[in-house]
Amino acid sequence: MNRIEKVFQNLKQNNEKAFVPYIMAGDGGLETLAEKITFLEKAGATAIEIGIPFSDPVADGPVIQQAGIRALEAGTTLRGVLAAIAEIRPIVHIPLIFMTYMNPIMAYGIGNFISDASGSGVDGLILPDLPAEEEEIIAPIAEKAGIEIIRLVTLTSPLERIQEIAAKGKGFLYAVTVNGITGARKGFKGELGKHLERVKEVSPIPVLAGFGISEPEHVKEMNQHCDGVIVGSRIIELLQSGELAKVEELIASSKIEEIKL
Amino acid sequence: MNAAYALPDERGHFGTYGGRYVPETLMQAILELEEEYKKAQADESFQKELQDLLKDYVGRETPLYFAENLTKYAGGAKIYLKREDLNHTGAHKINNSLGQALLAQRMGKRKIVAETGAGQHGVATATACALLNLECIIFMGEEDIRRQQLNVFRMELLGAKVVGVQSGSATLKDAVNEALRYWVTNVEDTHYILGSVMGPHPFPMIVRDFQSVIGNETKEQYLEKEGKLPDAVVACIGGGSNSMGMFYPFIKDETVRMIGVEAAGLGTDTEKHAASLTKGTPGVLHGALMYLLQDEHGQIQEAHSISAGLDYPGVGPEHSYLKDSGRAEYESITDEEALEALQLICKLEGIIPALESSHAVAYALKLAPQMKKDEGLVICLSGRGDKDVETVRARLGGKG
Repeated sequence: MNRIEKVFQNLKQNNEKAFVPYIMAGDGGLETLAEKITFLEKAGATAIEIGIPFSDPVADGPVIQQAGIRALEAGTTLRGVLAAIAEIRPIVHIPLIFMTYMNPIMAYGIGNFISDASGSGVDGLILPDLPAEEEEIIAPIAEKAGIEIIRLVTLTSPLERIQEIAAKGKGFLYAVTVNGITGARKGFKGELGKHLERVKEVSPIPVLAGFGISEPEHVKEMNQHCDGVIVGSRIIELLQSGELAKVEELIASSKIEEIKL
Repeated sequence: MNAAYALPDERGHFGTYGGRYVPETLMQAILELEEEYKKAQADESFQKELQDLLKDYVGRETPLYFAENLTKYAGGAKIYLKREDLNHTGAHKINNSLGQALLAQRMGKRKIVAETGAGQHGVATATACALLNLECIIFMGEEDIRRQQLNVFRMELLGAKVVGVQSGSATLKDAVNEALRYWVTNVEDTHYILGSVMGPHPFPMIVRDFQSVIGNETKEQYLEKEGKLPDAVVACIGGGSNSMGMFYPFIKDETVRMIGVEAAGLGTDTEKHAASLTKGTPGVLHGALMYLLQDEHGQIQEAHSISAGLDYPGVGPEHSYLKDSGRAEYESITDEEALEALQLICKLEGIIPALESSHAVAYALKLAPQMKKDEGLVICLSGRGDKDVETVRARLGGKG
């Protein structure tokens, strides 16, 4: 069983919610990656989404764009990140999921990349510029190698399409909570809770909410309607400013059990 | 292959190129656009509305002009100019902007977003939006804003909001990134008028079709003047819209050589060029698989050209396919050669072409002497050079 599936099975048994932080590999130098991963695991992260920088990240807002630029300026390459992951994998127990765009993978060679990622212990892939229509270019090879393609559904996806995507889904379904790009937001559409519940209803796999989630209140709000959250831009900001206690607080906010009256 | 040429396939692929590599949030919008476009193609009233506007508002058909002086100078094949520079707004871009603005209207979308490099597509889109009373926001790289001040002011006069983009190289590529981000955020009431034969399916097909008026007219006009088809058609390539519009109607006419001219900038042996087909490798950018300028790690490289409209590190998926299949040929011309050609055609024909189009002129001047005198070639003069006069003056140090 893939590590992602296993971790979600455990969460379900313990009636817990998932918290998946996103970090940009190479932001602050690739040598800081292992330290960040072990810190997040210790703080209670369910899995870690590791961004691979790309020069033209159209799905990302300013915070992740800047983190990507810093990582590229520090000389970060996909090859380098794979080597760093291979090194730390033996001491990290939670799933590690790469988030990147198609082009760095194509430049590496899809087959080579999947084989090296599998060898390094990468468990999943999130590719924001790979909709269902194009996924056959990589999904079959990845899944054969035991790497799960985490599919995204959005507020603009019709329910029928969400159902089709969820049916093919592996690991968990990434429910994008805003129309837009990554980055902190003050609030969400009033209908979001209902949307997430509809997604959950048709999805045979866990549903995690992501994009725009930045505060413990958001985490608690989302967790009422889905199986957990993904937080990116805010984690990057907090790690950059060294506010580690706030990261721990954010992750802990997903652990507090709801008291149902 | 050519008799059966029917691309893109139903999934928007040209061979392995093209496709729809976009965030899921945009999928509904591009599926809806494809659906609506099919309906519009079959709708006579839509076609008539577009034809009427092209005739009475844009001023089509544009002339196919026999450039006798240029022909004598080159000393070979007859050189004709397809005068897209005489369109309303001064370039071929309006053919597509008007068509897509009408599509947006059909889809009930009252807001338009677009990117622009040289500003020609921005001006054309702002114009179409003014005409059809659509709200218009244009993303433009700060570097291009600096190079094309007048076009910025034109867009603003036409009622568009121009937003400067500082990220990356602050040119066309970065303007497309921001326009895509804006579209993802406002997709429910906004249509993206992409300006070239790039981006996710159905854009490369739609833009090609709207621009095919160039090649269709050329074919008819050339037949009328010469009683045969031209031996070659030559057009410049940034993203590739004027060239695709010129080429497409000739794809099945195998005797017609189709030659796309990329910007070699300071030279294709330097790092300062925009020759994606000549020097690039396939990859995914802005929603499509196509030839790109990129490093070994798949990071997109900055393009360079004296002409803002060719300053793009990719080239449309259909051109990528036509290069691999060998049906079209791709050459490149340096900044210096384009500048020389621009001055030459000014003096010989009294026509000031855009720096972009000057690349096609420069290559045609190399090609014509290698051809026979009874052969003919057509240059797509995609735009007029008024917008470039300042750049050219600065380069020539005030001398003509």
